[in-house]
Amino acid sequence: MEFAELIKTPRADNVVLHRPFYLAVEGTLCLTGHHLIFSSRRQDNAEELWLLHSNIDSIEKRFVGSLGTIIIKCKDLRIIQLDIPGMEECLNIASSIEALSTLDSVTLMYPFFYRPMFEIVEDGWRSFLPDQEFELLSSVTDEWRLSCINKEFSVCPSYPPVVIVPKSIDDEALRKVAMFRHGSRFPVLSYYHKKNGMVMMRSSQPLTGTNGRRCKEDEKLINATLRPGKRGYIIDTRSLSVAQQARAKGGGFEQEVHYPQWRRIHKCIERFNILQESLIKLVEACNDQSHNMDRWLSKLEASNWLTHIKEILTAACLAAQCIDREGASVLVHGTEGTDSTLQVTSLAQIILDPRCRTIRGFESLVVREWLQAGHPFQQRCAQSAYSNGKQKWEAPVFLLFLDCVWQILRQFPCSFEFNEQFLIMLFEHAYASQFGTFLGNNENERSKLKLPQKTMSLWSWVNRSEELRKFQNPLFEANSLVIWPSVAPQSLQLWEGVFLRWNRPSKFLDEAHEEMINIIKYNKELQAKVNALRRQLAEMETDDKM
Amino acid sequence: MEHIRTTKVEQVKLLDRFSTSNKSLTGTLYLTATHLLFIDSSQRETWILHHHIAAVEKLPLTTSGCPLVIQCKNFRIVHFVVPRERDCHDIYNSLLQLSRTAKYEELYAFSYNPKQNEAEQVKGWQLIDLAEEYKRMGVPNANWQLSDANRDYKICETYPRELYVPRTASKPIIVGSSKFRSKGRFPVLSYYHKNKEAAICRCSQPLSGFSARCLEDEHMLQAISKANPLNRYMYVMDTRPKLNAMANRAAGKGYENEDNYSNIRFQFVGIENIHVMRSSLQKLLEVCGTKGLSVNDFLSGLENSGWLRHIKAVLDAAVFLVKAIAVESASVLVHCSDGWDRTSQVCSLGALLLDSYYRTIKGFMVLIEKDWISFGHKFSDRCGQLDGDPKEISPVFTQFLESVWNLTEQFPQAFEYNEAFLLQIHEHVHSCQFGNFLGNCQKEREELKLKEKTYSLWPFLLNEQKKYRNPLYNPDSSPELTLLEPNTVSFNFKFWRNMYHQFDRSMHPRQSVLNLIMNMNEQNKQLEEDIKELEAKIKQRSGQSDAVLGKEHQQSAHPAPMAVKTPPSFKEQPLIPVNDAVRTIEGSNTADNRYSEFVAEFSKAEPAVVSLEYGVARMTC
Repeated sequence: MEFAELIKTPRADNVVLHRPFYLAVEGTLCLTGHHLIFSSRRQDNAEELWLLHSNIDSIEKRFVGSLGTIIIKCKDLRIIQLDIPGMEECLNIASSIEALSTLDSVTLMYPFFYRPMFEIVEDGWRSFLPDQEFELLSSVTDEWRLSCINKEFSVCPSYPPVVIVPKSIDDEALRKVAMFRHGSRFPVLSYYHKKNGMVMMRSSQPLTGTNGRRCKEDEKLINATLRPGKRGYIIDTRSLSVAQQARAKGGGFEQEVHYPQWRRIHKCIERFNILQESLIKLVEACNDQSHNMDRWLSKLEASNWLTHIKEILTAACLAAQCIDREGASVLVHGTEGTDSTLQVTSLAQIILDPRCRTIRGFESLVVREWLQAGHPFQQRCAQSAYSNGKQKWEAPVFLLFLDCVWQILRQFPCSFEFNEQFLIMLFEHAYASQFGTFLGNNENERSKLKLPQKTMSLWSWVNRSEELRKFQNPLFEANSLVIWPSVAPQSLQLWEGVFLRWNRPSKFLDEAHEEMINIIKYNKELQAKVNALRRQLAEMETDDKM
Repeated sequence: MEHIRTTKVEQVKLLDRFSTSNKSLTGTLYLTATHLLFIDSSQRETWILHHHIAAVEKLPLTTSGCPLVIQCKNFRIVHFVVPRERDCHDIYNSLLQLSRTAKYEELYAFSYNPKQNEAEQVKGWQLIDLAEEYKRMGVPNANWQLSDANRDYKICETYPRELYVPRTASKPIIVGSSKFRSKGRFPVLSYYHKNKEAAICRCSQPLSGFSARCLEDEHMLQAISKANPLNRYMYVMDTRPKLNAMANRAAGKGYENEDNYSNIRFQFVGIENIHVMRSSLQKLLEVCGTKGLSVNDFLSGLENSGWLRHIKAVLDAAVFLVKAIAVESASVLVHCSDGWDRTSQVCSLGALLLDSYYRTIKGFMVLIEKDWISFGHKFSDRCGQLDGDPKEISPVFTQFLESVWNLTEQFPQAFEYNEAFLLQIHEHVHSCQFGNFLGNCQKEREELKLKEKTYSLWPFLLNEQKKYRNPLYNPDSSPELTLLEPNTVSFNFKFWRNMYHQFDRSMHPRQSVLNLIMNMNEQNKQLEEDIKELEAKIKQRSGQSDAVLGKEHQQSAHPAPMAVKTPPSFKEQPLIPVNDAVRTIEGSNTADNRYSEFVAEFSKAEPAVVSLEYGVARMTC
């Protein structure tokens, strides 16, 4: 298919662009295979707006006489309006945008066409390999091994080719365990807590069914992670009743009789359409400036977004608490083990492991716990808050995770190497990107699409010093502590940087932030200068004595 | 002291306010003439001023003792369990007596001695000079003059002696107008805007009933509009909801009839009365105090309390006022019922938006002194300083501070002061430790001889202003910071956690950016001085050395070995610690955060308090 077929009117003049808090600008609109480009030719203020078609969540069109208006709602939550003279042009452009923003085939997406304009210093596709991770692990413990059982994705289609499992469990046993777990997602290592040697594993639900099936190998596998005489916790991210209902469909949960050393805790985290609706409601509330206070608060409440944040954070804190304070190992799972499970395991690591609070460490966490762990990004991020009608598998699972990280970042503003912009950038790229990183639903699909060969990795771009600078937190001072966030409703806040970003002018806040950075920079300069002068003086004093 | 029967109780438990598993600290409770003091086993002290106590409650006896709950006006809530009922009863009775003062002279301010001599005391009271402030605004001038009509509080007891009125308002007009206004509070100048030649005036409601009118009052308003050469129309803002104002007509009060006054534009702005505000705050506090609060209960509680709606209404009114002055150059007359609650809120916030002076530390003191203290906001009644009618208590001033806080959030560089300054003022409005806020009006304060017998708060705050400085303050950073135009869309109003949970540390961010930057700013000043000093020393020395050997050249030619040759006496000196004021992550442990009481049940004793200072970790056991 040629993109040209979809573009009947590639260019329109005298188009007027409206954005909140900006004056309307007149200019030319161009459509290419992957971008909508608006450029104003005004001498004093030439500007261009490039919008990826894949960033467009929905469009609406209206006509007043022969003047057409297209309202474009983006996945990054921005809304713009284009006034296009000429009914036909407007209709053509609208239908092109519609078609180009909903391409079915992944291989037609922009990352397959994007050619970077920067020099590649480090290939991001090779930045975070499981072997490196395992090497780190083997320097502190020899109880684990790297298994290549999934090399051809033959055992578990949503797992990466190599996984870390207890040394005492051989591949044969793993195969049996895989049969006993939903989607074959057998328990694998997610995190090793160096401080006390406790671990966090993740999996999917066991397939116990109504007649209470059991699997000796499964029991053996997870017991292999326990110290003698110690017990562990299974954190099930579903409520007990949901977990019980799952038995009717062949799923279920670990029964006490078969797992006597484990204590099961149910922490309900919502899924799929409930989350998607929550996002839609929240964004709707944030976009309406006319709400009076009562209506705003009740809409915010009705969206349930902050409730989800609290639930997820609480479950993650609980997992971290079991590991760090109870000195117990933890297994986390929900149903498939690809959504709420990953929210919990990744957030628990941010709480426990200082490494995850660095830029590189956080990237590695996203790669390990989300991309390699098989969070279906393509399905979940196909549509964002303006999706209407048929929702299938969309859910803001990753956005909720980022929001939770932001909440912790706000409570511990000096403990993270990255800033809020870094999180916002990840949100944007998860939904629409020129990079191939978030394409596909798992490593299996990514390898079939040959993404590492055919597309550029987000990390190749981000990890260049020019870009990194934007994402660094000037307040960062590394600390090796476990950081326990407050999950009281009074401590949780709406993530304004994402949800109010396009709805209010941020000039004064941005300037204040700039000022803060200047003070910190100045402080560093002064300190350096004072030390240099002191050294010089001391130098002179010794010279004098000699 | 006659109220105190038991001065010391041991083995008292201080319960965690939010824990559902009765986590507690054990310590000793002391009762002094002015404070209740609790010292826990790790020697941490909790001081509670008797005047801060809003309510004491004795709960039914439990197996572990007799629970005593104390609610404070600064929103601290402490929950003690006293082992013996008799001790608890004694303390309860004492606190009841001590927190309900009958006479002004028994308030803390009359016994508080900050070790100042008399001259300092007098100077302290002279720090804020309102005559000076009116001069700064540009009055008296061709259109406005100082009136001596109220010199002896004869016309209005609750106004100050010195009042500014239009030059054309003669004494008979003033007297006539005052008779037509509730409590004699006739229209007077609150703020004069030099560039726009427009004024903010304030008064109380007219005694218009259904049809009464008063020519002098009409003249008075005309005089105000004539005093503005740029716009002969003036706004009359009735800050009450229309319904309330109409109901007042039945009592012979009411609002201005546009037909009787020439050139006025009348406007209701709908701020609720003190009773609505009191119960709103009550509801808010109930929500905040709930154990195991869910997000939705919090948000719906916040909504049902109406608190943020009221804050928005106050700020919206101020924005309306500012638009009239800044855009139309029109003068505005503001009133409510008696003109000492909502009127004070709107006038002072309006002036704060218009005039950057009030966004400085000193200017904010002036603003409070002018629109609140001198114009007779009834601090004593509203804060319940004396044992009196509980229906007179209302958080009107707290709302003002909260509105200012919301503005500081929107304009982080426009204010010289920070949140701590607002919180500290709130603390002292209720502490009765200084004389400023005692009494209900200036006349009363003079009768109490406060300037001789008590101290002024302001010099103390100025003295420690380092703590209250906003490190990001830069009023010149943008021309738009002269006149503040806040965005009052609902989502901009946030719950003021640091006010209502000031003492619930576990809810705060564990590292404070504000404190960090504040200390860094201070440190930068110190470093600049160090550099100057060092450079001078080096210059001096190199002068000497040059004369002898010309060593400096030698040095700069070989910079590398310098570091090696550094004598042992030289150390990279520790700079001023930036970390001391950073909020530690006290409370950052799992039990405080209540992720799961269920796990806590069979967990071992909470092992460590984790504290984190400026990113540097420290575990204390």
